[in-house]
Amino acid sequence: MKTKLLATASICAALTVPFGTVMADEDANLIIDGEIEITVRAPAPDHLENLDEIFSGWVYRATETQALQADDFENPGMIFVDSGHDLWNTVEGEAGESCASCHGDAEEMAGVAATYPKWNDATEEVRTISMQINACRTEQMGAEEWNLDKSELLNMTALLASVSRGMPVNVAIDGPAQATWEMGRDLYYTRTGQLDLSCANCHEDNYGNNIRADHLSQGQINGFPTYRLKNARLNGVHSRFRGCVRDTRAETYSVGSPEFVALELYVMSRGNGLSIEGPSVRN
Amino acid sequence: MKRIVLAAAAASISTFAYAQTAPNDVTFGDYGEIEVSLSGEAGDAARGLEVMVSRGKGNCIACHEVTALQDYPFHGEVGPMLDGAGDRWTEADLRGIVANAKNVFPESVMPAFYRTDGFTRPGDAYTGRAAEGELDPLLTAQEIEDVVAYLMTLTD
Ligand code: HEC
Ligand code: HEC
Ligand code: HEC
Repeated sequence: MKTKLLATASICAALTVPFGTVMADEDANLIIDGEIEITVRAPAPDHLENLDEIFSGWVYRATETQALQADDFENPGMIFVDSGHDLWNTVEGEAGESCASCHGDAEEMAGVAATYPKWNDATEEVRTISMQINACRTEQMGAEEWNLDKSELLNMTALLASVSRGMPVNVAIDGPAQATWEMGRDLYYTRTGQLDLSCANCHEDNYGNNIRADHLSQGQINGFPTYRLKNARLNGVHSRFRGCVRDTRAETYSVGSPEFVALELYVMSRGNGLSIEGPSVRN
Repeated sequence: MKRIVLAAAAASISTFAYAQTAPNDVTFGDYGEIEVSLSGEAGDAARGLEVMVSRGKGNCIACHEVTALQDYPFHGEVGPMLDGAGDRWTEADLRGIVANAKNVFPESVMPAFYRTDGFTRPGDAYTGRAAEGELDPLLTAQEIEDVVAYLMTLTD
């Protein structure tokens, strides 16, 4: 809370249950299938000056939504992981390769999703995991790119997230990635649109507060891709960013744009220390 | 203060505003207050209530709780409770807060409901596309007056 009035607001919030909202169990812990322990709260990484603690968006969801993610049979996102497995083993493209023929079992990729977006030396750019997958398709397999934030690519990112579940997000923000990271940080704190709101206004200044019927989280992306009950499908990071920017009555950036790649690196770094938990369940 | 005189409107509809202040012509006082009606007319508290609760208009309850509006779901907690706002503030203060809260609370997250410039990447409403031409304020001059009239009814 930054201003006195906001502090007053949160005291009011503690005293009165806001009218007509579903409460979340903010103290709950997440263990998937009784096996995979998910870190949903962690000390804020050093670069985050305005926060002491970071929280997964799971913490702020209603108890029933939280429960869906604790059981892989209940998690509607896991079906897309199965489709991702099929794609992993499918030979496609001129080189006659599948992902599996070079990389082995998908489980070999454990930990990789936790390090993306990541600097790529050869192309001298920061790559999201989606960009890396497409690079393998075009350069290694001689296959077509998959559309960003669309079914095949989302299913594949769901698979790659699922094999990293429970591992801490750990993206590098220094060295060659630093300039991109700084661009992402600037975007995060820039107010946009006619409502004149930045990501930080909602997800840093007001997490834990309700905005209309929505319980605001820190807007972390450790749970992506997310299965949203609202649209009953997997959602990619950039599509989520788009929705949030649009809701400030602003002209959004496009999925896959350099701005959103930079923002993805920055937002992911705000979650350094939380567990990868995709595909997660959100409303 | 420069005023747009809607002479034709005033001539044909006797109840309509005869003088409205455009967003760029508003005079704010030292504390962000606005002394005169933006529409040149008095506000209507009943219409103000509708503006407060409807998503496409003020959507004020997205951020504020108001006990008198309990029947309308859902109330947010981003801003302070508005109960008693009519006691805490004068009409001029409230007009200033609703028109451009940043003049009263610097850095506020409360949107300016009667401002049309100075935005980064303004969009065409909620389409995600760039705005074309001049922006309309989020609320009309009369809607601001109606909301202010409603807020003045919030007394303890
Ligand atoms: C012909 C072999 C080949 C095929 C087929 C292939 N890759 Fe790769 N992949 C590589 C190589 C080599 C690298 C590391 C070099 C680089 O950065 O491009 C890599 C890197 C990756 C990485 C990043 C690993 C890291 O630690 O950063 C991911 C993720 C990945 N591949 C996914 C896939 C997926 C998904 C497919 C199938 C759609 C696939 N790859 C198909 C050869 C292949
Ligand atoms: C007007 C308030 C508002 C602004 C500004 C805003 N968001 Fe959001 N955002 C929300 C709401 C409401 C949700 C859904 C509930 C939640 O998780 O907070 C959400 C959800 C998200 C999520 C999903 C979190 C999860 O756990 O799956 C991400 C990621 C996100 N926002 C990122 C951003 C980024 C990046 C920006 C700036 C470009 C931004 N948001 C700006 C209101 C906002
Ligand atoms: C995005 C959230 C948001 C929206 C939407 C919003 N406000 Fe606010 N409002 C705030 C915040 C936060 C404050 C506290 C001032 C500050 O920023 O320090 C505030 C302050 C106020 C105050 C002064 C607080 C007091 O002492 O009672 C009034 C009056 C007010 N708002 C009325 C409105 C009205 C009327 C609307 C709709 C037309 C509205 N607000 C929409 C966030 C919001």
